[in-house]
Amino acid sequence: MFAPVYLDYNATTPLDPAVREAMLPWFRDRFGNASSRHEYGRAARKAIDEARGQVAAAVNAHPTEVIFTSGGSEANNLFLKGAAATMRPGLVVVSAIEHPCVREPARQLLKSGWRLEEIRVDGAGRINPQAFEGLLAEKPRLVSVMLANNETGVIQNVAALAAGVRARGGWMHCDAVQALGKMKVDFRALGVHGLTLSSHKIYGPIGAGALIVDKRVELAPLVAGGGQERNLRSGTENVMAIVGFGKACELAAAQVEERALHLAGLRQRLEAGLRQMDARIFSVDALRLPNTSFFAIPGVDGDTLVGKLDRAGFAVASGSACSSANPEPSHTLLAMGVESSLARAAVRMSLGSASTQQDVDGFLTALGENLASLRTLTAMTV
Amino acid sequence: MAYSEKVLDHYENPRNVGAFKKEDDGVGTGMVGAPACGDVMKLQIKVGKDGIIEDAKFKTYGCGSAIASSSLVTEWVKGKTLDQALEIKNTAIAEELALPPVKIHCSILAEDAIKAAVEDYKKKHNS
Amino acid sequence: MLKFPIYLDYSATTPVDPRVAEKMIPYLTELFGNPASRSHAFGWTAEKAVEEAREDVAALVGADPKEIIWTSGATESNNLAIKGAAHFYSGKGKHIITLKTEHKAVLDTVRELERQGFEATYLDVQENGLVDLEALKAAIRPDTVVISVMFVNNEVGVVQPIAEIGELCREKGIIFHVDAAQATGKVDIDLSKLKVDLMSFSAHKTYGPKGIGALYVRRKPRVRLEAQMHGGGHERGLRSGTLATHQIVGMGEAFRLARVEMAEENQRVRELRDRLLAGLSTIEETFVNGDMEHRVPHNLNISFAYVEGESLIMAIKDIAVSSGSACTSASLEPSYVLRALGRNDELAHSSIRFTIGRFTTVEEIDFTIELLQRKIGKLRELSPLWDMFKEGVDLDSVQWAAH
Repeated sequence: MFAPVYLDYNATTPLDPAVREAMLPWFRDRFGNASSRHEYGRAARKAIDEARGQVAAAVNAHPTEVIFTSGGSEANNLFLKGAAATMRPGLVVVSAIEHPCVREPARQLLKSGWRLEEIRVDGAGRINPQAFEGLLAEKPRLVSVMLANNETGVIQNVAALAAGVRARGGWMHCDAVQALGKMKVDFRALGVHGLTLSSHKIYGPIGAGALIVDKRVELAPLVAGGGQERNLRSGTENVMAIVGFGKACELAAAQVEERALHLAGLRQRLEAGLRQMDARIFSVDALRLPNTSFFAIPGVDGDTLVGKLDRAGFAVASGSACSSANPEPSHTLLAMGVESSLARAAVRMSLGSASTQQDVDGFLTALGENLASLRTLTAMTV
Repeated sequence: MAYSEKVLDHYENPRNVGAFKKEDDGVGTGMVGAPACGDVMKLQIKVGKDGIIEDAKFKTYGCGSAIASSSLVTEWVKGKTLDQALEIKNTAIAEELALPPVKIHCSILAEDAIKAAVEDYKKKHNS
Repeated sequence: MLKFPIYLDYSATTPVDPRVAEKMIPYLTELFGNPASRSHAFGWTAEKAVEEAREDVAALVGADPKEIIWTSGATESNNLAIKGAAHFYSGKGKHIITLKTEHKAVLDTVRELERQGFEATYLDVQENGLVDLEALKAAIRPDTVVISVMFVNNEVGVVQPIAEIGELCREKGIIFHVDAAQATGKVDIDLSKLKVDLMSFSAHKTYGPKGIGALYVRRKPRVRLEAQMHGGGHERGLRSGTLATHQIVGMGEAFRLARVEMAEENQRVRELRDRLLAGLSTIEETFVNGDMEHRVPHNLNISFAYVEGESLIMAIKDIAVSSGSACTSASLEPSYVLRALGRNDELAHSSIRFTIGRFTTVEEIDFTIELLQRKIGKLRELSPLWDMFKEGVDLDSVQWAAH
């Protein structure tokens, strides 16, 4: 059987076998609706509460601060729109490299009279502190900055940014979907008011996420109904996915250092090989997640290369999964000032728990072989 | 809702369920609560010539705590004088049964039932 | 061998059918790709599975797969449908009509729209739980933009006249939304005939997994919505967020099984329900809530007079049932649905909803009948109200001591 090597862990991750084990009983015997008062319902409620404890513990939050959602996109929507709905319109500030599920909800606020400003980043994808200070002077009511970027892996100094926002009386939100499990994420230490987490990026199931929210932030729900999740997110709880998410959080917190070490070693090997092929690796000067390598081979189209690599048995991405439908080059790279011809050459490799040295070496070999043929092709057509 | 062991015991094995003839001279009947509120308690006492409560019976429409509270007071009033029976306070009932805050009204109703039964008996004997 | 507590709460949620679980497992193991990943086989495989499931969901309800939008469940579908349509068409008018017996996910959504400046009419239902079409007609105003009526009520199981309401809405140019969370696999749904514009579905009421649902959005004539969840532009921009492949595959398989098996299954379930009804009818002073004719085959909602609701629930711990909608049963409020049917608070409190399902057996039904007969008898023996009723006292004429 053809079993391609998966190198796209920032798009989604396979389930950890221990997570799957934790989830399976909820398929059949334990299937109650957590709102039911009978034994089936109470068992479901208890499992959700346990998972809430696991999620909270993983990010140093209190269980009552955890609101389960259907995923990271919903959690980001909930914070931005939910908080905005309870305020007078003002300024909302997001970084120029946010995921669409932060930028789009922020843009929606324009309809209700908000102003939107984007924070510029430097050539390595780091937030420009001067640009940020300038925006803070305008007293934004809402600010959202991701902890780590899905494409470049660049880590922002969110704690420092949050301190500035707090000092001026704004609410600070942070999308930590890509960071969780790859670095230490501490809700208290970050000092943010809202923190978005997702299950399927940390070897948990798709379909669960959470917004960790400071109780001082008044939120309006996006989904009205039965009043679940402190009335902030109605709808029958997805018990099985929540149980899996809880377990995945527990494992992520316990193994984060070990995982990071493993990933950093592999990436070093990978990037040494890439440099020999004259690859341009983005954001190398910035602090990055240990698993992500975003690079371009000048003159080689990223989509074409990724297609070739797929046929050679290596699954990588040419942009972020969610916006792949869109043929535009990576907006993160454009925000970094990378010219669009180079941006179109970009390939994202994101390593994960099952990645091995053989995978990396095999990938480099396949890349080298394909580059040779692609370059010949390019040379012939020119 | 988690019920205490004692509530469960009284609920499963209620003591002194039944009724005396209302018209009997020695019987005092108290009925308190309302169906719309979810609780109706009927407590009856049988008072001896010496003024001591010889026997008590109850019937209750209500939740487990209401049933337990009324079952408990039928045990407590027996052997007491009317005045002693009137000294039974809801707090003692609530404490004995470890009632949660949302169920305190059941113990208040049981205290009211004693008062109503004693008053009914007294009314019969003063007129 | 009976397994306790006996589950008779299939309208709250259902177990995942083992065949559905089996279909889902590969997507929790090796086929784990993100369906939005366009650059490798992991993504394509997931996307293909998502599209096959979309076909299965569409097939159960006579829709085109392109008309199916994935959501996290019926609650989100209801929110998206009602808010999305109300906002999109708000230029035409700002009046919404719904029923007092709708699920909270509809009622609370409409209430939220009221806070945003919309006006709403919450229609009473008849004593049998069905909407009065004349009353509905009378409630329609020139500025009515959305009417939302549930297909099947979650508490009493009555089936509303969706076809007739659809005709009315189409004639008047009003967007018609139907919450069908309780209807799939229970009643025939053919959207190629029904003049319904938006319909909400849930997987976990039909032997699929929790956390997944769908919204039907009609293409001809085209219905437009304002998205409620923004981001990567999934689901044609109507609902952003990574698609949960395994859950979608589960919903597809659950709906496929429902299509293939519902005729036979409903026959069996109806027999069990009728057996239960016959058994419980031997108990004096019991009242069935909701119309028995226009009703799904698996629901029996029945009130037992002169016993108190909470003690009744306590007495029947061996069976898992609802004494109101699952979503509201944490509070001690009597069911608003039964109130809308004209039941007084006592009868609303002492009502039990039995919902039978795919794995219910005759033995379970017989045990339930015997349990209820015994426990109702015991509670009535304890009840002063039962004595009074037997003595011929009219309880409504009694002056109850204030408490």
